[in-house]
Parts: sequence; C-alpha cells; structure tokens
Amino acid sequence: MSAALQTINLEKRFGGLVATNKVSLVLEHGARHALIGPNGAGKTTFVNLLTGVLPTDGGRILLDGEDVTARSQIQRARLGLGRTFQINQLFAAMTPVESIGLAVSERMGGGGDIWRRLGSRRDILSEIAELVERFRLTDVMDQPTRALPYGKQRLLEIALALAGNPRVLLLDEPAAGVPEAERGELLETLAELPRDVSILLIEHDMDLVFSFAERITVLVNGTHFAEGSVAEIMADARVQEVYLGSDEHA
Amino acid sequence: MLTILIDGIAYGMLLFVMASGLAVTLGLMNFVNLAHGAFAMIGGYVTALTMNRMGLPFLATLPLAFLVPALVGMLAERTLYARMYRRSHLEQVLFSIALVFMAMAAADWLLGSSQMLITLPGWLQGRFEIAGIAIGRYRAFLILVCAALVIGLQLLLSRTRFGARLRAAVDDQRAARGLGINVGGIFALTFATGSGLAGLGGALGIEIMGLDPTFPLKILVYVLIVVTIGGTATLTGPFLAALIIGTADVAGKYYIPELGAFLIYLLMIVLLILRPQGLIAPAR
Amino acid sequence: MTDTFLSATPPAPIRQRAARDLTRRARWKPAEILFWLCAAASFFLLPDQHLLLSEIVILGLFALSLDLIIGYAGVVTLGHGAFFGLGAYVAGLTSIHLTAEPLTGLALAALAAAALGLATGPLLLLRASDLTRLMVTLGVAMLLYEAANKASWLTGGADGLQGVMIDPLLGRFEFDLFGTTAYGYCLIVTFVLTLIARRIVTSPYGLSLRAIRDNALRARSMGIPVGPRLLAIYAFSALIAGIAGALLTQTTMFVSLDVLAFHRSADVLLVLVLGGVGYLYGGLIGAVAFKLLQDWFSALTPQYWMFWMGLVLLVVVLIGRDRIQTLPRTLMRRLHAEGRA
Repeated sequence: MSAALQTINLEKRFGGLVATNKVSLVLEHGARHALIGPNGAGKTTFVNLLTGVLPTDGGRILLDGEDVTARSQIQRARLGLGRTFQINQLFAAMTPVESIGLAVSERMGGGGDIWRRLGSRRDILSEIAELVERFRLTDVMDQPTRALPYGKQRLLEIALALAGNPRVLLLDEPAAGVPEAERGELLETLAELPRDVSILLIEHDMDLVFSFAERITVLVNGTHFAEGSVAEIMADARVQEVYLGSDEHA
Repeated sequence: MLTILIDGIAYGMLLFVMASGLAVTLGLMNFVNLAHGAFAMIGGYVTALTMNRMGLPFLATLPLAFLVPALVGMLAERTLYARMYRRSHLEQVLFSIALVFMAMAAADWLLGSSQMLITLPGWLQGRFEIAGIAIGRYRAFLILVCAALVIGLQLLLSRTRFGARLRAAVDDQRAARGLGINVGGIFALTFATGSGLAGLGGALGIEIMGLDPTFPLKILVYVLIVVTIGGTATLTGPFLAALIIGTADVAGKYYIPELGAFLIYLLMIVLLILRPQGLIAPAR
Repeated sequence: MTDTFLSATPPAPIRQRAARDLTRRARWKPAEILFWLCAAASFFLLPDQHLLLSEIVILGLFALSLDLIIGYAGVVTLGHGAFFGLGAYVAGLTSIHLTAEPLTGLALAALAAAALGLATGPLLLLRASDLTRLMVTLGVAMLLYEAANKASWLTGGADGLQGVMIDPLLGRFEFDLFGTTAYGYCLIVTFVLTLIARRIVTSPYGLSLRAIRDNALRARSMGIPVGPRLLAIYAFSALIAGIAGALLTQTTMFVSLDVLAFHRSADVLLVLVLGGVGYLYGGLIGAVAFKLLQDWFSALTPQYWMFWMGLVLLVVVLIGRDRIQTLPRTLMRRLHAEGRA
C-alpha cells in the first residue's frame, strides 16, 4: 500500500540558496509525524512545496500514490491535502459558523451554488455543529472571527482545515503564539483529531512534538538530517548538537 | 520617418518626466495617486500665467513651474495624503479622484475653460537640419532637458544619502524610524519632488499637449499607462515604457490616424498580458 | 465527512444556532422593506419627478452592479462604464435594426454586456494587483469608447445614435413624455434584479466570494476555485450594468458617446462610495444622494458642482466609509446585546 504522502528527492532553490535539498519523506496512513528543525531549516518552504504554493525545482510529490507534483494548490486541496497556517489565515469578517460552513459545502461540491439559501441543508448544518463542538467554538460560533480570542482563532484555523475532510493534514506550528491559559484546550483538541487523518506536524515547540508525535523527521539547512521514533530522536546526539549548537530551545 | 522618431522620443521623455513622480509614489510608497495630473496642470498654469501676465521669459518660469507644484504637493502630502497611506487602494483611488474633480473645477472657475497658449522664445521655434533630418528646435530642447532630469533623478535615487534613506524608509518603516530616519519628512520630500517634476512636465508640455482644465484627466491616462506598463520596481521600466508609448502615439497618429488613441490602449493591454509584472519585473 | 469521527449526533440547539447565523444575512430587514415601500410610494406621490427618478434608479442599478464586484468580490475597476455603454448601444441598435420591443432589447443588451465581461474578465485574473486591474479595466473601457467613436457608420459617432424608437411596454404601456412608464419600468426591472442579486450574494456562492475577498490565500488552500468564481460575478455584474445602460437608452430614446466616457466609470464609483460598499443597497441610496447633491450644487454654482462633489467625496473617504457605515450597525448591536442581557 502506498503512503498517505510521500516526497521523492524534493528540491527548491532560491537563486543560489538551496532551500530544500533532495528531501525524501514518507508519511504513513494515520501517522502522527513531526517535522522539526532549527530556524531557517526550510520547514515553511517544504510546506509550501507540498501544498503547491511554490513550484518545485525537482523531485516528486505523491498523495496516496498519485503524483500531484504538477497539480495546483486548489487541485491538491480537492484531492484531500489540508493545511493550517503558521500565521492565522482566517476570514476576518465571517463567523466561525460561516467559515466552517463554507469549507464543508465546498467539499460537498455545493460551494458554487448561486441559488440555494445558506443554512438550508441539514447535513451541512450537522457537520458544522459537530465541528464547532469538537473545536470548542460553541460559545463564539456566531461572532465575527476578528473579535475572537487568539486561542479560539487558532482552533478555528485547524477546524477549517479539518472541515475539508483531508486525508493528509499539515499543521504548521499550531501552538505558535497561543497564550498559556488557552494552550491546554488546544493541545487536547489536537490529541483528539481523528485517527484516520494522517498528520504532519511542523513544529518548533518540543513539548508539543514529544507529546503529539510518534515519529520525527529533523530538517537541517534544507536537508533530511535524521528520522526515527521519538525515543530515537531524543537519544540522538547529533540532533541534540544541532539544537544546542544553534542555541535553539530544545 | 526619423523626424517622427525624434518627435516620439521627445514626447516619450516628456511623459516620463510627468510619470516619474507617480512611479515613485506608487512603487516606493505603494500609493495609487490618480491626482498626479493635477500637479502637472498646476505647473502648466504657473508657466502660462507668469509668461502671459507677468511677462517672464519661458526659461525663467520653469523653476517656478517646479517649485509651486512641489510646495502644493508637500502641503497636500502633509495634510491629506499622509492619512491615506495605510488605506486600501480603492479608497486611495476615490480620494485622488476627488482631488482631480476639485482641481479641474477650481481651474475652470479661476482661469476659465479655454485653452492656455504661450509663445515660445524665438530660439526654440522652427526646425533645424542635421544630415538631412528636420528636427524641431523645441523637440531637441525637450530631449536635452528631460534627459538631464532623468539622469539627475536616477543619480539622486541610487547615489545619494537621500535615496538610500528613502529606500530604507520604504523597506521597513519601523526599522528606519529606529535608525533615526525621519520617515514622514522623507515621504513628504519625495512626494514634493514627484509633484514638482509633474509640474515641470506640465509646463514643458503646454506646447505639445495644450493646457486646459481637463488636463489632469487627459494626462492621467497616459502617465498611468506608462507606469503600469513599465512596472514600478525600477525607473528604467517606466522610462522604456514612456519611450515606447510616446513613439507609438506619435507614429500612430501620423501613419494610421484613423486608429486614433486605439493603438495606445491596445498596446497597453497586450503588453500587460505579455508582461503582467511590468517591462522590468521586480527582483524576487 | 467520514462517519467514524462524526458519530455522535450534535445537540439540536447548536445546529439551530448555526442555522440562525447562516440565515442572518438572507433575512429581510425592516429597513429593506421600508426602502422598497418608499420606492413604490415615490411612483405615486411624485408624478412630476418621474424623469429625474428614472435617472436615479438607472444610476442606482449601475452602482449596484459595481458593488457586486467591488463590495463582494473585492476587485477594483475604473472601467465599469464599458458594460453600461455597451448595453446602451446594443439596446439602441436593437430598436433600430431588429425590433422596437423593449424587453428584447433589454435581454440582448444584458447578453452582450455579460459576454464582454466573460471575455475581458480573465485579464483581471492575470495578476492580483490593484493597479493592473484598474488599468486593464480602464483600457477596455477606453478601447470601447474609441471603437464607438470611430465606427460612426454604426453608432453615429460623436453625434450620437439617432432614431431610437421604443414600442409600448408589453404592447400596452406607451413611453410617455412625463416618464411615468419609464419610471415604472426602471423600478420594476431594478427591483427584480436586486432580488436576484440579493439571492446570489446570500447563497453559498456569495459566501465563497466574501471568503475570497477576505483571504484569497486561505480560500485557495480550501480548494475554492478562485478564478472561475470571480469571473462569474464579474460577468453577472457586467450583465446588470448592461441592463442599466439599456434602460437609459430605452427611456431617453437616445444614445451618445457620453455613455462610454470615463466620467461614467468615475461617477458610479462616487455614487457607490456615497451610499456605502458591500451591502447591496449602497448603490441605490448613493444614487439618490448623488442626484440630490448634484442638483443642490448645480443650483449653488452651476458650472462648478464638480468641485463640491469632489469635496464631499474627499470628506467621506477621509473620515472612512467604514466608520460612517458601521455606526448605525454598532449602535444596533449594542442595543440588541443590552436587550438580550
């Protein structure tokens, strides 16, 4: 069986700078896989290549065995590749219900419907309610997104990605900037994400990585540096050196 | 044939002088200023009025045609434009269209709607011949003056402390402030210079384009085309674009007059399709 | 979505709250009903103003079409007059060469304008830069103006299109000198189109447009086909603008080059801003305000009304549309919140 997501010798250069250097990575079905690395290791570039925001300079990307290297961002999303953003990318003027409803109806193919009234499909409403509850957004579900506390916005960020019913979900530093008081809620929600979604977590925060991930890949200077189980990576002297050497929080 | 080419180049140079201020406010300050033509009109009127009413010689009016719009520009920048920098492009468009309306109506009210005429000094009238090519004296004068301005502007931006500060202020306003650069002051000076150049262009252009209260709108389309086609990443882009548009317009009106302004718009759309980032795209 | 993790039925109250939130925008508000009652009343109460009122409604419909792309899709344009002008000419030519029946002219004008929208819309998607969009739209409008100017054998050139005659509406209502039929016709067409536009902007498609305007990056990452969605609303907006142009031709029985002039595109922007962007009624309300102001300023200083109009626009923009617009809404919300608590 093919992996949920696989890259083969993926490359990206910006002028003379090699941002992604022949990275091969396998994300198994149902995986809880973390991609870590010091600042400037090329994590964000890697995500942008996977999602199609940036074109690749070489190598291939397979989604469930299907080559999507030449597919657009929109096509990849439709094929089941979901993502969250490091910096919230939300619809500021819309409510969580509207945002999630949009994601759900787009996935069901009803997003281009110009005549149906919003809120008239029971199946969509049920899913919205389900997601709102799952992501602890019930209290704020009908308030404009821009007025939400940061932690809630972060939850909505993930809810939007999950509402697209992705097979593979890329979480780009989901806990970044979340204040301590709202952090617990976020971590719980992450832990409860459905097991049939394969997740690649791009993270800086080691506590979150060690609690969430089952497998870890370390990226250094755009190159695949090490990979293994959590215990293996924790014990890896070279990894520690990279992190301590570059004076990063470990 | 070559006469037309030279006419076209002179016209293009003139367009560039008028458009350069717009290229700077748009490219560096990211402000869509549709009222740019109003400053060109002010410059034109300064020259026309000082010549016709006060009897100043043409050359002596040109510094005034730079200074007056520059001062007005600085005043407008400090009082009005500065509030609009952070607004959306739509709001900037509306804001500057409002200014155009007001400037046009005010010019009509104060000076009447008729064409302003000036009499060029004798040494700028007529033509001379080089190797059998007839060249209008005024066209040659335009090319020389505008070329000097272009070179001066390029040097100002790339070689001087002011240019460096401006680029710093644009790249990162907060960091520039932290370095003790007076960002507001720099923007005001830049805006004033751009307005002054537009005014100078307006004054130089009376002979070629005429001058009446609808001038801001007439010229607006041309300078916008120049800036859009050229791109705002460099001054070279708009310069090339101005030459292309100037030559195409003059040649088009001469050879295929039935096409009229058609050619320019068509050229613009085609160039935009081919090079949506402008002739010289920003480096990434 | 897979049932494996959505097995528990959500509590009904949450679903109802979600439904309420989603239907919020589509619900008819008292102010809207009042607006249309006033419009209907104006027909009966101001019989000697029907000519002016027709002009206002046509301008309002034109501004409404602009609101669809600026307010709902976030695309700025300086050349919306192209569609208005095209509609006006198509309606005029239809009456001369094809049939004087008004509804046919209206339909053909709508189709032509929509086709132009579909054809030129992709130019807007080349690069999402506001300046390029402004210039491309302006360029298209100018091209059309020049084309109409040059093709004088077809359009009458600078003299305008002569000989437009329109048959009675539905074979019964003659277009009279006082503009009574004209006003009724414009009002009904505008009402119907507003209803359609209202339905569209409150549909899932309309929601996706708002999402694209708010954050195109996210919309793309959710798999929303941004390009086709924008193109569709652009064409629809062009269609409505074309109808507005056709209404002008049919009610005045004349078309001049003026319908394609730059000031049309600029005026309609002004109208929309006076009325407020992004809530569908801004165009219609703005048109009333615009015409009233224009009348008033013209009475004050006949030639220079443009100066005062510019000043009003300047003040509106400087203070900030949002602040003016949200003031009543903020007040309402505050009252509402207190009422609930």
